[in-house]
Amino acid sequence: MDDDERRDTIGTGHVAPRRSASSLAVGRSSRGDVIFRQLARGSGILLLLIIIAIAAFLVSKAVPAIAKDKSNFLTFTGWDPDGNPPKFGIAPLAAGTLITSALALIMGVPVAVGVALFISHYAPRRMAQLLGAMVDLLAAVPSIVYGLFGLIYLVPAMAKFQGLLHKYFGFIPIFSSTGFYTKSLLVAGVVLAIMILPIVAAISREVFLQTPREHVEAALALGATKWEVMRTAVIPYGRPGIISATVLGFGRALGETIAVALVLPITFKVTLKILDIQGNSIAAEIAVYYGDAGKVGRGALIAAGLVLFAMTLLVNLIARAIVARRRDFRAAAA
Amino acid sequence: MTTSAGIAPSPLRSQPLRGNRLPAWSFFAVAVAVFAVTAGAFAVTKLSGTVDYFVLAVAAYVVIQSAVAWAVEGRRHAKDRFATLLVGVAFLVALVPLVGIVGYTIHRGLTRFDVTFLTHSMRNVAEQDPNGGAYHAIIGTVEQVAIATIIAVPFGVFVAIYLVEYSRGKFGQLVSFIVDVMTGLPSIVAGLFIYALWILDLHQGYSGLAGSLALVILMLPTIVRTSEEMLKLVPDSLREGSYALGVPKWRTIVRVVLPTALPGVVTGVMLAIARVFGETAPVLLVIGTSASINYNPFSGSQGSLPVFIYNEAQQANATAITRAWAGALTLIAIVMLLNIVARFIARFARVRG
Amino acid sequence: MAKRIDVSGLNVFYSKFLAVQDVSIAIEPRTVTALIGPSGCGKSTFLRTLNRMHEVIPRARVEGKVMLDGEDIYAADVDPVNVRRTIGMVFQKPNPFPTMSIYDNVVAGLRLQRRWKEAELDTIVERSLRSANLWAEVEDRLGKPGAGLSGGQQQRLCIARAIAVEPQVLLMDEPCSALDPISTLAIEDLIGELKERYTIVIVTHNMQQAARVSDRTGFFNLAGVGQPGRLIEYDDTERIFTNPNEKKTEEYITGRFG
Repeated sequence: MDDDERRDTIGTGHVAPRRSASSLAVGRSSRGDVIFRQLARGSGILLLLIIIAIAAFLVSKAVPAIAKDKSNFLTFTGWDPDGNPPKFGIAPLAAGTLITSALALIMGVPVAVGVALFISHYAPRRMAQLLGAMVDLLAAVPSIVYGLFGLIYLVPAMAKFQGLLHKYFGFIPIFSSTGFYTKSLLVAGVVLAIMILPIVAAISREVFLQTPREHVEAALALGATKWEVMRTAVIPYGRPGIISATVLGFGRALGETIAVALVLPITFKVTLKILDIQGNSIAAEIAVYYGDAGKVGRGALIAAGLVLFAMTLLVNLIARAIVARRRDFRAAAA
Repeated sequence: MTTSAGIAPSPLRSQPLRGNRLPAWSFFAVAVAVFAVTAGAFAVTKLSGTVDYFVLAVAAYVVIQSAVAWAVEGRRHAKDRFATLLVGVAFLVALVPLVGIVGYTIHRGLTRFDVTFLTHSMRNVAEQDPNGGAYHAIIGTVEQVAIATIIAVPFGVFVAIYLVEYSRGKFGQLVSFIVDVMTGLPSIVAGLFIYALWILDLHQGYSGLAGSLALVILMLPTIVRTSEEMLKLVPDSLREGSYALGVPKWRTIVRVVLPTALPGVVTGVMLAIARVFGETAPVLLVIGTSASINYNPFSGSQGSLPVFIYNEAQQANATAITRAWAGALTLIAIVMLLNIVARFIARFARVRG
Repeated sequence: MAKRIDVSGLNVFYSKFLAVQDVSIAIEPRTVTALIGPSGCGKSTFLRTLNRMHEVIPRARVEGKVMLDGEDIYAADVDPVNVRRTIGMVFQKPNPFPTMSIYDNVVAGLRLQRRWKEAELDTIVERSLRSANLWAEVEDRLGKPGAGLSGGQQQRLCIARAIAVEPQVLLMDEPCSALDPISTLAIEDLIGELKERYTIVIVTHNMQQAARVSDRTGFFNLAGVGQPGRLIEYDDTERIFTNPNEKKTEEYITGRFG
């Protein structure tokens, strides 16, 4: 009997029936139990092995490539791993990844929370169900479609808007510009914002709907307006959910490949000027460059992938920690 | 008044019950006025463009309506009105691009969404040629997703069974954590992994199967999580009833627990299928490039519908772009159909449970 | 401060369903009025019409008049937000805001009104918690989550929160039904003290409680299955429990049904 088995027997209260099953039944079924349990446990172990293998393979391919890098992998702004000498750096890719994802959050999350509030507390109930289902359905639109839409429609359509931003807010450094408006970090941010919107809205909506009726009534009975009910009862209650939805959206945005690859100009300059024809991301670079990559080039891309993996892992760990701490607060409270 | 703490009476003023409220018609009136004035401004000044008009008019309406509310109803009600308007505007702002993308795809996609497109490959078709289709790509994606499903479903369901029925210990928590990590795994990293392992190290060459393997990694967390949720919903009384009849645990799981949870599990599987059907990045790296029909997923480069769209989208030819839109329409149609069926099953399951 | 309530000809609806029919009742200031009756007789529904909480349920509405010191709270130009601030409410299940500290819970209603100085709030928090007989128990942990208290303490915290905004009337919807006997006793003592300053209307399932805390008692009953609830009898508590006019009241009091 392994550790799990013993805990199980104690934990679930299935003790008596199972004992009788294993002692009265013929050997076949107890052997069946063992085989079945090992299959289930084996699947868990295999899952663990896959994650370990992913990390191990990425590291084993990335390290030799980074060793061959004649530039500083962390700071060099360029990507020529198959040149002589090989030079490549993660900085422009990582910066582009973070900036586009941050833009997506800044634009997407407030709108998503608004949508969630609208569906959960403002729209008439029957309409709300329909709208909720619609947003869920839109979350299923594949990223390639967003990319295509971004490339063919949004890039030209946003030229005017980008020009206006520069004209009226050009004094802020991030809106300075060369005067040409096409693919940019901002366009990628907008595409990502649209992409993460349904998922952030869906999760926030669920937590808003779970707000206990008592808390809403408590606020109302104190003479709160609808918005004050949201502020005192609904939003604080849903805050851990909003945070984890935001972080989840951030993770999605970081790892998004194809849509971003189509609307970023794929250049190697670290810049905060979001209107400039500059920008790249780790995932986009991998998708765009892998076909042309030589031996070191493939290793270099895998190194970039490893950095992306580490970034998303970190983001997910932070999300877990935040949610766990909030949950502790509430568990202590409850 | 008396206060038990013996403190001076509070500074709270007694408020009247009455309060000025805006009548319903006033909102309509303000809206009409604002939209009319904005239209006037567009006619007289250099302002132009439908999108610009609506953006400016809506923004002006939110501000002016809130100001009117402030003047008539006071600060708190003005804030309330402002918040209500913002929430409504947020919904519109979200709906426009989301519905717009689907609508635009249908609009552009219908041009080439025809029999030729669905039954022909791109073999010997140049980018500027008006014919050609996505048959090879559709076949590829269907086969890749089918193989991935065949591998991922039993695997994922067993992991879920382990988590719900067997594990209570540290290892169970670890597996659960791994599932979370996998959920957040960027799809391109899954592709890179198969690329590094299957193609670079095991020298297996590009194939549909390699794509399937990458998709398995992406399907697993969805299947595990939804199956886990569904298994948890199966009441313990059902399990206990079965144990009480002397049925061994594994048979109880197979005969009682799984059938009860089945509709939910099927829903999860369908959602996982819908998700990976549109995945571009992971298959892009490992299936190679093929413009021809290859029915054999185990050998040789194969097409893929998302990759087809990606490649066509990057061409400079209008005909290629049109093919990309037709592909996108095909993809959206399939994915939406899968989602709707999945939700239908979920509803059916809820009624039964 | 406390005000009188005069209800006349009140009909309460959920959509088209008439839940409570033709209630007329006069509630004196600085008294405790208990509403008793079997489950589903509409006493809680009626209570929620007194501070316009009934109408937050979609398509719920009322007909008739509820006068607060001569002012109809259902008049067209009355703001329900003001009504609910003036007429406080304590619910069946203690419902402190789970994300707020004890201190923040008490001042939650005040912070809606306007900005306050720290010192003002400190004063009100102490006064409210003292009035709710909770100050001694929580004095040293005002910053802790309000939901960390015991059920009885949470309910007194909710009472403190309700009286912090200095309402004229306090409505209590079975405030002790989720509490143990000792906490119940504490709340009942508190009600006795609060009636010095507030008009209190309490719905209770517990007839001993009604007898203990109230000056006047109203008995609600259903006319029949699917029929609306009605106010059968309303009189001094002593009279209701010793010598009621209506046969139904007597049957209910003596435990023959309900």
